[in-house]
Amino acid sequence: MAAPPKEPITVSRYTAAARLNHWITAISLVLLAISGLSLFHPSLFFLSGLFGGGASARAIHPWIGVVLFFGFCGLFIRFFRANLWDRTDNVWLSKLRDVLGGHEENLPEVGKYNAGQKLVFWLMSILIVVLISSGLVIWDQYFYGYTTIDQKRLAVLIHAIAAVTAICVWIVHVYAAIWVRGTIRAMTRGSVTGGWAWRHHRKWLRELVSGGPKD
Amino acid sequence: MASLSPQDLIRRSASSITPAANKLPEVAKMIDVSKCIGCKACQVACLEWNDRREEVGVNTGVYENPHDLTPNSFTLMRYTEWVNPETQSLEWLIRKDGCMHCADPGCLKACPAPGAIVQYSNGIVDFVHENCIGCGYCIKGCPFNIPRISQVDQKAYKCTLCSDRVAVGQGPACAKACPTHAITFGTKEQMLKDAALRIEDLRSRGYKNAGIYDPPGVGGTHVIYVLHHADKPEIYASLPRDPKISPVVEIWKGLTKYAGLAAIAIFGVVGVLHHLVNGANRVSSQDEENAKRLKEGRS
Repeated sequence: MAAPPKEPITVSRYTAAARLNHWITAISLVLLAISGLSLFHPSLFFLSGLFGGGASARAIHPWIGVVLFFGFCGLFIRFFRANLWDRTDNVWLSKLRDVLGGHEENLPEVGKYNAGQKLVFWLMSILIVVLISSGLVIWDQYFYGYTTIDQKRLAVLIHAIAAVTAICVWIVHVYAAIWVRGTIRAMTRGSVTGGWAWRHHRKWLRELVSGGPKD
Repeated sequence: MASLSPQDLIRRSASSITPAANKLPEVAKMIDVSKCIGCKACQVACLEWNDRREEVGVNTGVYENPHDLTPNSFTLMRYTEWVNPETQSLEWLIRKDGCMHCADPGCLKACPAPGAIVQYSNGIVDFVHENCIGCGYCIKGCPFNIPRISQVDQKAYKCTLCSDRVAVGQGPACAKACPTHAITFGTKEQMLKDAALRIEDLRSRGYKNAGIYDPPGVGGTHVIYVLHHADKPEIYASLPRDPKISPVVEIWKGLTKYAGLAAIAIFGVVGVLHHLVNGANRVSSQDEENAKRLKEGRS
């Protein structure tokens, strides 16, 4: 065994503004999921107590949705370029077994985001557009008169399905951040260790050290 | 306000309850459209009994006043001028609109707030306002477009079938006020019998399609109509021919609810299992070393 490792080098991954943007969006999403689920299934209605009861959960939920929408717009503008699909992303996806097994040596070198992260990004982008649009249709307190009851019925069904899908995507996102150790500090301290970047995003690390594209 | 006892409940929104063992006799309000003169005494009586008021409105040249059901007006006379194609004569069709008190209430099915909508064993479907959260799901569930959300307190309102009067042996205020006995109230059994007599009479006077409106698509209703043209309910201000809870609402409140929670649970469980089986994906000291070498080699 080598001598005890020296302090690893660190690489900056997210600016303070990007992290703040992320956490505003993240907190909104969690609050939306809790208040939304409380109205989704009777067994979860008790969750509305966290918002001061069913009526206030109902009243505040759409407003948090507005915060989330604009929060996510910020994230979208920041990150969409780095999330554009690459040919190597198909290779990465075709080796899902190696991905889930943590055998990164069998995978192509990855830029700032791997195909899984890109899928999470694009799925969330689509789902949030669907959620805000269907949400406005059923925001009866302000927009009741703009749509028919049939449209509202459809919107509430679409809203529920999209929300469930978004929660599942969110579970994948959070789980991946936990499973791949050393990831969460990217969104807390803003930096990752060089080894983390080498192991998971080697192409990105190469670009960084050669002074290439930074985002 | 619910004034029948909780022991009389057979359904409670967003709750599982044991339905009342001792069932009250089912009641019904019978509205005989052929006897109605459109005087709106029922509307007045409804506002009076429920202690509600309407703002003075605007006359747009139609008889309906107010223009639609409102959070205050739980009932509304709707007027249709219809030319009978067979006789070429003008018929003035007047229908008292309001909650039908469905045996299978779409509002109650859609409601997410425990106990905000209840159904008593006598058939009355009632809104319990202290439990109402104002989400408007009842509007989406209702096949008759009846509930209205108040912009004052953000709660849903509709006809209670005067559950507070019925609880003490009285009939609904509208029935009490009706000068022609177009609105009568009693057990559903009795009302169906009375309706049959009325239909027989109407048929003997040439209304060969006279019939009863007690739509089976919602399990029957506890407000029933006698119509002189029961074959064409839609001519009575768009009374639905075959109302049922929208299939979209059924999917939303059925499959989606259970499949959705299951999907979320499966994603969570798969995550936990994956971590148990595969362990964490850790960066090795070799990775750190390689990174350092890369950085030093280039800079």
